[in-house]
Amino acid sequence: MSIILDKVNYVYSTGSAYEIQALKNINLQIEDGQFIGIIGHTGSGKSTLIQHMNGLMKATSGGIYFNGRDIYEEDYDKKELRTRVGLVFQYPEHQLFETTIFDDVCFGPMNQGLSKDEAGLRAFEALKMVGMPESLYYQSPFELSGGQKRRVAIAGVLAMKPEVLILDEPTAGLDPKGRDEILDLIADMHKKKKMTVILVSHSMEDVAKYVQRIIVMNSGEIIYDGTPGEVFRHYRELETIGLAAPQVTYLMHELKEFGLDADTDATTIEEAKKSILKMFR
Amino acid sequence: MNIIKASKLVHEYIRRDEEGNVESIQTAIDGVDLEVAAGDFIAVLGHNGSGKSTLAKHINALLEPSEGTLWVDGMDTSDPERIYEIRRAAGMVFQNPDNQIIASVVEEDVGFGPENTGVPTEEIWKRVEDSLRSVGMLKYRHHSPNRLSGGQKQRVAIAGVMAMEPKCIVLDEPTAMLDPVGRKEVLCAVSELNRKKGVTVILITHYMEEVVNADYVYVMDQGKIVMQGKPREVFSEVETLKEHRLDVPQITLLAHELRKAGLPVSKGILTREELEQELMGLYGSKK
Repeated sequence: MSIILDKVNYVYSTGSAYEIQALKNINLQIEDGQFIGIIGHTGSGKSTLIQHMNGLMKATSGGIYFNGRDIYEEDYDKKELRTRVGLVFQYPEHQLFETTIFDDVCFGPMNQGLSKDEAGLRAFEALKMVGMPESLYYQSPFELSGGQKRRVAIAGVLAMKPEVLILDEPTAGLDPKGRDEILDLIADMHKKKKMTVILVSHSMEDVAKYVQRIIVMNSGEIIYDGTPGEVFRHYRELETIGLAAPQVTYLMHELKEFGLDADTDATTIEEAKKSILKMFR
Repeated sequence: MNIIKASKLVHEYIRRDEEGNVESIQTAIDGVDLEVAAGDFIAVLGHNGSGKSTLAKHINALLEPSEGTLWVDGMDTSDPERIYEIRRAAGMVFQNPDNQIIASVVEEDVGFGPENTGVPTEEIWKRVEDSLRSVGMLKYRHHSPNRLSGGQKQRVAIAGVMAMEPKCIVLDEPTAMLDPVGRKEVLCAVSELNRKKGVTVILITHYMEEVVNADYVYVMDQGKIVMQGKPREVFSEVETLKEHRLDVPQITLLAHELRKAGLPVSKGILTREELEQELMGLYGSKK
């Protein structure tokens, strides 16, 4: 059970003056239950990549296999693929539209062809998962705060019971506490529901803190793929492509240059703290 | 001299039903007193819904006080006769660059504001050139805004505000939608305007790192100012900030954690250099 991308290429506006190759020869295997971060500057191909994973975009060439089956086969059920690979877009709260929170979350499962009762059950479960207080279920989603709206939008995707959850910058525009709450929620679902999670983010600190594996995109190519420690080792190269390492990683490198025995693979506050305390022991 | 002064400022969002009866009242700003000296770089922090953006809209006279008074460059914002003067004195930049750019060529977009206020053509061109240069976008003057990156678009939006020659600019989460490089570009451009042109800056943000170099920081919660001071003072209160749903820069948090673990580093460390110096000092005295 996995997603495999085999030599995937995608070209926008083929044959016109604006032809752009957004994905170049992408080879990628995503194993079940992984928590993956995708980073890259705006326009590096991150969003194009994730939209291939649930079949919203079709590769110009190359193959994509979900659980061993070629998703471009003629009789492959694309609709089912999209329920199994759930995609939460940027600013998903802009897509809320129903009159009550509960109805909005029911929309996905109803569309899947489930009965009203079943859809309701799914919605109930999903709203519970994202920590929505029951007293709000029958209120309008438009009166919630930004962070809460986003939870409802995420619940809408969860109600379809995806095996893989892809989130495109789920914390953009949220305050620090809201950001931590959403990320903790995602980490929790990964742990408890054994869901495969793919997180697209602009915050190096957040990816370092939460994910096991980081994929770095630059002009349509994957240039690094590894653990946070491995990827942020290339902090100088990351800077040249518009990214950076977490602040603590820089600190550790500089302390090392000053001659201290600092762990330069530290990418989180916890790791940096451990290494610094060790120096002073 | 104070360019902005708020005295017991209150703003209520009143919702009415179809017959005009009051359904609910939400107090977004609740008795704010604030003074901003001309030429300062001010940051306003606060969680989603704390009242920051409502405050910003008052400075630009987009909203009118329910109670209390706000003066911008000596003008009362509730005086309808002076709205245009107030808006010229205090320019505003919003979160989404795509919602603020209207023309199909960068220089035309920047010239739109002064053109609308009847500035002579030659003067417009001079202003367009000056303001694009001041945000480092002059070489893109003939480009289409559609093909710029987020950080570049946001800098064009800032240039558009600068072309109106405001004394003060209010930026409402200008970097929320940008990648790390875009954020850096915008922040550099804003600090340059503040330092070189003496423009007063009011920056509203969720990124604590952007606030480190501000002259003064206000923290808002439930429409009130709950903390204020120099960045070092505000950021040394890690626990209080967390209660207000905020955070501190990552380095400050690391220093805080090290202190809690018993390492005698100072309170209110803001930058890597400061923490490195402290740690090297401690390391030296240990030997």
